[in-house]
Amino acid sequence: MLTGSEDVNLLLTKSPVDMVNTPLTKITKVLTDARSIRIKGRSFLAVVLSPDLPLDEWLVRLDDLAARSAGFFLGRPVVLDVTDLDIDRAQLTDLIAGLVQRNVSIMGIEGARPSMLSPGMPPILKGGRPVADFEQPSTEPSAAQPAPQPKSASAETRAPMQSIVIHEPVRSGQSVIFPEGDVTVVGSVASGAEIIAGGSVHIYGALRGRVMAGSVGNASARIFCRKLEAELLAIDGIYQMAEDMAPSLRGQPVQLWLEGDVMMAETIS
Amino acid sequence: MGKVIVVTSGKGGVGKTTSTAALGAALAQRNEKVVVVDFDVGLRNLDLVMGAERRVVYDMVNVIQGDAKLPQALIRDKRLETLFLLAASQTRDKDSLTPEGVERIIGELKKYFDWIICDSPAGIERGATLAMRHADMAVVVTNPEVSSVRDSDRIIGMLDSKTLKAENGERMEKHLLLTRYDANRAERGDMLKVEDVLDILSIPLLGIIPESMDVLKASNVGAPVTLADARSAPAMAYFDAARRLAGETVPIVIPGEKRGLLGKIFGRKAA
Repeated sequence: MLTGSEDVNLLLTKSPVDMVNTPLTKITKVLTDARSIRIKGRSFLAVVLSPDLPLDEWLVRLDDLAARSAGFFLGRPVVLDVTDLDIDRAQLTDLIAGLVQRNVSIMGIEGARPSMLSPGMPPILKGGRPVADFEQPSTEPSAAQPAPQPKSASAETRAPMQSIVIHEPVRSGQSVIFPEGDVTVVGSVASGAEIIAGGSVHIYGALRGRVMAGSVGNASARIFCRKLEAELLAIDGIYQMAEDMAPSLRGQPVQLWLEGDVMMAETIS
Repeated sequence: MGKVIVVTSGKGGVGKTTSTAALGAALAQRNEKVVVVDFDVGLRNLDLVMGAERRVVYDMVNVIQGDAKLPQALIRDKRLETLFLLAASQTRDKDSLTPEGVERIIGELKKYFDWIICDSPAGIERGATLAMRHADMAVVVTNPEVSSVRDSDRIIGMLDSKTLKAENGERMEKHLLLTRYDANRAERGDMLKVEDVLDILSIPLLGIIPESMDVLKASNVGAPVTLADARSAPAMAYFDAARRLAGETVPIVIPGEKRGLLGKIFGRKAA
């Protein structure tokens, strides 16, 4: 899915927007309540295990690894990657059971065919982005390494804000995800496209899609656009759908920001 | 080396096959060697519009699987001797197209033809991505209504990311072909206007094809509209579009702006 693009820019990924999987559709139902629900994105670093066949031999090697470093998988989020692994549902069930027995808790499965899954299995994960190879523990059994910090987005660890500039229109179905900072688009954002930024979002064109600014808990983020025709706007988890927006703002150059839990908007000239 | 064009849209029923046939026939009438390739395996239509449905012996899947040689599968048009068709298989599905097989066929066709026009299936799955994969240039067929425009926007995004050109860091040339345009309805607000579509898609306009009964009539007799009735309004618009594809500068006319008395009467009736 991300072939060829990884080495260009890890941070800018364009992937299909799966409308069904987003929790956002539920938002409209709570509008009667004055308090809004905050939904935020977070990314964590997970260990990905890619077993190979035959599985029993692989499990032996895993045991070997675990013997060298006790508790390597303890408390670590582990994703099971079964892409290109030719196994059926029964084998997958056995594999998961085998891993649970070894105290490896699987938080999600990647690359599984729907036919391989049964209820009660960990959920399917999609759209993973590769990071530098995970270091295996060294051969000395005592060299217990500290667990890698999950890539947390808390304010303490936030690096100086970065920004990216996109010089072409963001098309329907594309999403630009940049938790590290501001996103500037020199062009339009189409209906069915989405921008998710850790900082502010600037659109020098028509905004017809969805924009989520300050997605990592940044209430001071703002959204600017030349022409507001957005489907959905969010700053720091506070959402507004198209129908909640004042009709007078439609088609206008607008900036939006948060005051407390209320999204404010005004036209800019 | 020939130029590979993909005719694509995302949405179905907007006129990809009609446009493929019409542009192919228009380019062939300039004495350039043209092959139109149907990528819609399982739901092929291009053979019908080209009037060659009874002459299909071998199709693209046969060539990919090695049951036939490429020249055996090429069907020469009976009216234009520089126009050829490579049909899709009707009995298989899109999984029979392999990336290697398609690459080999396109590579071979490029040696013999000036233009290779690939008729993409609707959708954004395998068939559509394989049809666009090797293209040098894309013709995005769009109707002036919102769902078609949004689907075209999606396809443009894929043209910029999933094609060989895009992966090599080159820019894919994309052109908008606005079909089934009705100036009266656009004026009344029942349809998007040309400038609205251009504003949303922001790619250059190749031509505007007016909504016309001539298109349906031509399909029913199994002829590209540029062959069936070269003087009809859609045919003339396709001829202009073909000239633009070939690099000529032809001013774009929005159809229906100047209408005669008959046009006015029919225009009202159509409403």
